[in-house]
Amino acid sequence: MKIFIFNFKRCNILYAFGLILQAFVLQAQTDSSAFKRRPTDTTQLPLNMDAVYNRPFLQYKKIPVALGGYVEANTQYAVTNGVSDGFSFQMKRMTLFVSSSIHRKIKFLSEIEFEDGTKEINIEFAALDVQLHPLLNFRGGVIMNPIGAFNQNHDGPRWEFVDRPLSATQLLPATFSNVGFGFFGKTYQRNFVWAYEVYLTNGLNDRIIGNVSNRTFLPATKQDPDRFEESFNGVPLTTAKTSLRVKKIGELGLSYMGGVYNKFQDDGLALDKRRRADVLAIDFNTTLPGSGTTLITEFAWIFVDVPDTYTQQYGSRQHGGFIDIVQPIICRKMLGFENASFNAAVRAEYVDWNKGTFRETGGNIADDAFAIVPALSFRTSPQTVFRLNYRYQVQTDLLGNPASRTGAIQFGISSYF
Amino acid sequence: MICCTLLSLIACKKAFPPAIPEEEVLDGPIDGLTAQEKQQFLRGDVAFNDEVFTANKGLGPLFVANSCGSCHAGDGKGHPFTTLTRFGQTDSTGNQYLHAGAPQLQNRAIPGYVPETLPAGIGFSKILPPANTGLGLLDAVSDADIMAMADPFDANGDGISGVPNWVSMPAYTQPRPGAMPLGGKYIGRFGKKGAAYDLLQQTANAYNQDMGINTSFEPYDTYSHLEVDPEVSNATVHDVVFYLKTLKAPVQRNVTDEAVVAGRQIFQSIGCDKCHRPELKTGNASIAALANKIFYPYTDLLLHDMGSGLDDGYTEGHAQTSEWKTPALWGLGLSKQSQGGQYYLMHDGRAHSIRDAILLHGGESEQSNNNYQRLPQEDKDKLVKFLESL
Repeated sequence: MKIFIFNFKRCNILYAFGLILQAFVLQAQTDSSAFKRRPTDTTQLPLNMDAVYNRPFLQYKKIPVALGGYVEANTQYAVTNGVSDGFSFQMKRMTLFVSSSIHRKIKFLSEIEFEDGTKEINIEFAALDVQLHPLLNFRGGVIMNPIGAFNQNHDGPRWEFVDRPLSATQLLPATFSNVGFGFFGKTYQRNFVWAYEVYLTNGLNDRIIGNVSNRTFLPATKQDPDRFEESFNGVPLTTAKTSLRVKKIGELGLSYMGGVYNKFQDDGLALDKRRRADVLAIDFNTTLPGSGTTLITEFAWIFVDVPDTYTQQYGSRQHGGFIDIVQPIICRKMLGFENASFNAAVRAEYVDWNKGTFRETGGNIADDAFAIVPALSFRTSPQTVFRLNYRYQVQTDLLGNPASRTGAIQFGISSYF
Repeated sequence: MICCTLLSLIACKKAFPPAIPEEEVLDGPIDGLTAQEKQQFLRGDVAFNDEVFTANKGLGPLFVANSCGSCHAGDGKGHPFTTLTRFGQTDSTGNQYLHAGAPQLQNRAIPGYVPETLPAGIGFSKILPPANTGLGLLDAVSDADIMAMADPFDANGDGISGVPNWVSMPAYTQPRPGAMPLGGKYIGRFGKKGAAYDLLQQTANAYNQDMGINTSFEPYDTYSHLEVDPEVSNATVHDVVFYLKTLKAPVQRNVTDEAVVAGRQIFQSIGCDKCHRPELKTGNASIAALANKIFYPYTDLLLHDMGSGLDDGYTEGHAQTSEWKTPALWGLGLSKQSQGGQYYLMHDGRAHSIRDAILLHGGESEQSNNNYQRLPQEDKDKLVKFLESL
């Protein structure tokens, strides 16, 4: 018996995307000057949670539908302990989004992502928002679980780095979305804005401790092809986030995601006890008024109830995070681009996939990685970025044997379109 | 400009971590493989080091580890985290506890299952996973050469009486050319007691007993004891066996270092080389790169009585409970690099230094142990330095 089931038809969304795109193309053939770039909101202390709508959508005349998307591609040359597989060119992802205003207080937005060519096609977001009150908005559909800031604000063109942060891809499931419902709201008071989000969605599954990554790996939950069809265990996943932005200081976010990940019963038969996975994340971002230096950081802690009789390869505690510092160097017209900027940036990041000690020896379980990524970026506009990264990563295996060291040169481009 | 910067950085070798010298790592193939053999080596490498078993891929339900690489990080010695526990046999009449899950305890289980526990009061051995390197060379030593090193009645009176472990071969293995069976039994040469005849048996057993993965060679599930469908193909098993056969032998380091040279002489003078034979040679082999090679493993592949201190009350094949096969010493100095930075030596990892390991030698090796203890500290240090160079 399924206790808690959300259902969503992916094919309908894809079909709708196709129709809308077709309509836009036909319109474009008649009058391309009628397209307008819808301006992004820069006036009201935007939060990470606003990133989903705060994008450079393209709108045709007064049609209440706006289109957008972004693309990310890169090349890299990486060497690990002196061994390289040479150059590789990667089409990391292409994302399409469509938003529409059904009513003054009802909006719909959908986002489809094609990753690694078409190896992965995901509906990242497809939700209807109904405003009941500024502090009480209903959201339903495929929702991006707001755990950490990166999950909310992950569009490639916004970042100076080719790779997504390790903690966002290796600990937290980046662009983790599920079918569900919930509420969000926001209030402004002079110099600050406070917001919250809380959702119940389909949730995690036991792949987080049964995957070929050979470690506790929340992103493995995304490999369940049925997760948009039904809940794995009938228990909803709770995700909640609260954020506070104070003008001239920055935005602080606290988020939580937790639920039962295992199939503790099937067809009325008890199989195991309920085993939980809980995640806490804290994020902060600010831009210093004088220098324009931007600082973005996020740290996450993960707690998973792994059976004692299972292998310690899958840890019960993980943590990690990153800090990005971005410094604009030149901001003026360059190469014919009016609002161009040239930036220097650096990312430091760390993840520990398995925090604990071996039962057999009491020694530390390692399984961790640290990376430092200096970067240069050239933005022809805020929407388009060319980025050159050097990545140096040190990774240690479970036992703490001598670390593998990787150096990589990465060059990539990412742009909204 | 960006392209120039990119190319400049790539051209700058200092931007990339250097290769680890070949003699500092255990993995990598032997020289002389053909292109086709290299491809099979790579397939075996992936199956051995990268393939992770989950419940969906057949893991368990009872198991010890979920991948080959979990036990043999970097193809080196294992860590107590994946120590095997064997029980149920005290003499050559065979294992009396097969009904209770013997010979190996599966001490872990996928969620929803209960792992095995040891029957009360039974003798058992903890067995640390060995290094994989140079196994093809050991596999290709002729039975005649092994028999030539045996001295079951200590005819030369040196106190050393190595004997082969005579074992029954499973039906899926084939005797080596020139095999010298005795009473229908063959010389085992793999495993701490030398109870596995060849690397196919060792591999199929490891899939089955260590990971709960069934093959057509070992089709009986360790949980249900029923014959089940293979969870790994024969081709993959053969690739893994080929990989294990063609992993290179560890390369000795600091060969010309004075202390190492002196240490080697001390090693011989106190009698360690009577069991830890420095030099062996291969005979004919199906893989040309392994045939007729001289190599330096520091083992005689024979069983020796190691005394009561190392007698766990468990055995395999025809070995007595106090008998252990002489472990190869090659790669000893690199052990820490696969054991998390610390030595876990002897069959169960109880020795945390080379000195501790030497002092645990009893039985036939007691005289060498006594000789070692009488050495001045300077010579003890040289001996350790030599052993660390292996």
